[in-house]
Amino acid sequence: MIVDNLPALQVIVPLLGAILCVLVRRGWLAWFIALVVSWIVPLIAVALILQVLDGGVISYAMGGWAPPVGIEYRVDLLSAFVLLLISMVGAVMLPYANLSVESEISDGKRAWFYALYLLCMTGMLGISITGDAFNAFVFLEVSSLSTYAMIALGKDRRALLAAYQYLIMGTIGATFYVIAIGILYTMTGTLNMVDMSGRLGDVATVRPLFAALAFLTVGISLKFALFPLHSWLPNAYAYAPTFATAFLASTATKAAVYLILRFFFSVYGVALVFGIHPISEMLIALSLMAMFGASIVAVYQDNIKRMLAYSSVAQIGYITLGFGLANVPGLTGGVVHLANHAVTKGALFLAVGGIVYRMGAAHLDDFKGIGKKMPLTMAGFTIAGLSIIGVPGTAGFISKWYLAIAALEHGWGWLVMLLVLSSLISVIYIGRVVEVAYFREPEGKVMNATEMPLSMLIPAWVMILATIYFGIETSWTAGIASQIATDLLAGVQ
Amino acid sequence: MKFDTILRIGTKLFLPFILVFALYVQFHGDYGPGGGFQAGVIAAAMVIFYAITFGLEAAKQAMPPLVLEVLIGLGVFLYTGVGIVAMLKGGEFLNYSALKHDPVHGQHLGILLVELGVLITVFATMTAIFYAFVGRGR
Repeated sequence: MIVDNLPALQVIVPLLGAILCVLVRRGWLAWFIALVVSWIVPLIAVALILQVLDGGVISYAMGGWAPPVGIEYRVDLLSAFVLLLISMVGAVMLPYANLSVESEISDGKRAWFYALYLLCMTGMLGISITGDAFNAFVFLEVSSLSTYAMIALGKDRRALLAAYQYLIMGTIGATFYVIAIGILYTMTGTLNMVDMSGRLGDVATVRPLFAALAFLTVGISLKFALFPLHSWLPNAYAYAPTFATAFLASTATKAAVYLILRFFFSVYGVALVFGIHPISEMLIALSLMAMFGASIVAVYQDNIKRMLAYSSVAQIGYITLGFGLANVPGLTGGVVHLANHAVTKGALFLAVGGIVYRMGAAHLDDFKGIGKKMPLTMAGFTIAGLSIIGVPGTAGFISKWYLAIAALEHGWGWLVMLLVLSSLISVIYIGRVVEVAYFREPEGKVMNATEMPLSMLIPAWVMILATIYFGIETSWTAGIASQIATDLLAGVQ
Repeated sequence: MKFDTILRIGTKLFLPFILVFALYVQFHGDYGPGGGFQAGVIAAAMVIFYAITFGLEAAKQAMPPLVLEVLIGLGVFLYTGVGIVAMLKGGEFLNYSALKHDPVHGQHLGILLVELGVLITVFATMTAIFYAFVGRGR
């Protein structure tokens, strides 16, 4: 019975956890509930991915109404991969939350914060598992609304403004998404994604489909902060509570990226998306602008959380670059970068979170000589930084390697050069922090800083070791990603 | 407000009817227009009406914010709980047919309970939002 209901449980367990957090009202108890839930959820995801690897796609009829009429939960390899990624990140990070959240959020709001965190997780898992276009919208809003509130809980007053900015941008994105779903529903008469993709070939005129595609692309791009639509992200990440920043940076944009992959490759199909309009060229151009523009801005940031946020915008460029290249290694690179960036950026934010915990802020001045006072934290930051740069032996290298191969397959040597060049910019912004941390003498507040507590250090180092592990042993990341890429390009349902 | 007899008596006269109308919309939702969302908003309007006439403090005594916070969770819990019971009885999540031996009875019971959950959460959330707005700056 439990095995049959695993797809539903994947979403219900965090939802139930969120309700319990609201009902118990005590911060530490809510944290404990969130911890238990965060450790159950990846177990379900592992069970699902093993089932998928073993016997193919799982389809679950929500409420007993058979698809395409009812809402279908559909787990294929891509879904299972994203489910596992999101839930694993949560499981690793949650032990870290207790102290970090205690230091940043007042007593009365702590239980609500964990409820929001679990709701956000519910939403993201829901996006990744549902096979229904409108249901995906509902989950998109569940995760977005809880994210707005989580960001607004940051102790800096500017967090409110950042959350408001995100609220406006996110709502525009969601509206565009609904408009697209409306058009698609009018044209095909169905909301089930598989059914929709089957009926797209029979529509009377394709022009509305492209209008829908445009709305979809812009709407979802707003949610995952593709370059010119990224303006909400740096402030949101800079002023949100540190734990929320680390969790969101690792997962939130990934769920939205999943959605666009789903529509591009599963619903519309490669021929319709890339065959007629120059979407591929546009994606590559925007990705390059993200890689260079955002990286250059990151170099000039003094708030390290903000710097890493700009770096996130740049890294999203690598993901979409892979989609734009639209061949197997490119798509593999994009999909594998979902995981590699999640792990890398998670590690960086957790390390910076330790410094915020000790110093109260994360300005470059707070990093002076901190390598001597918090050696483990800074060593972790440096290793994860190497992964952002893409040094061989780290996770970041694997993604860039696939992207480079994909560019060469098109015969675009210049693109490989640009990839290397953009990596050099990340050397500058990571190097700046490392230089200040190791080669300046500690002064002021830094003199009293000590290593962050073990409950924070261990999750941070699990993430850091994961960036090295996924740089060497890639069967669970690149192996599965290349299988996903092959399936997506072949249009396997 | 002490001397506004008409307002005070009028409000008190209205309150039970608003609640009954909310419950009518709620339970008639099975057969006609209506349901938990609408009923929840109407029920919340009752508290808001009371607060407008008698003041926020009186309303908070009648419907304490603490109770609201619990109700917000409880409504969703009822909704999810129905789904989980259906699952335990061998159906899919929220498959009401599995709730009772007769699927039609099961569907009736399921939608009734789920909508009740919606009513509770919508009522509590609307009232809490009202309290939050009105209480600002105090």
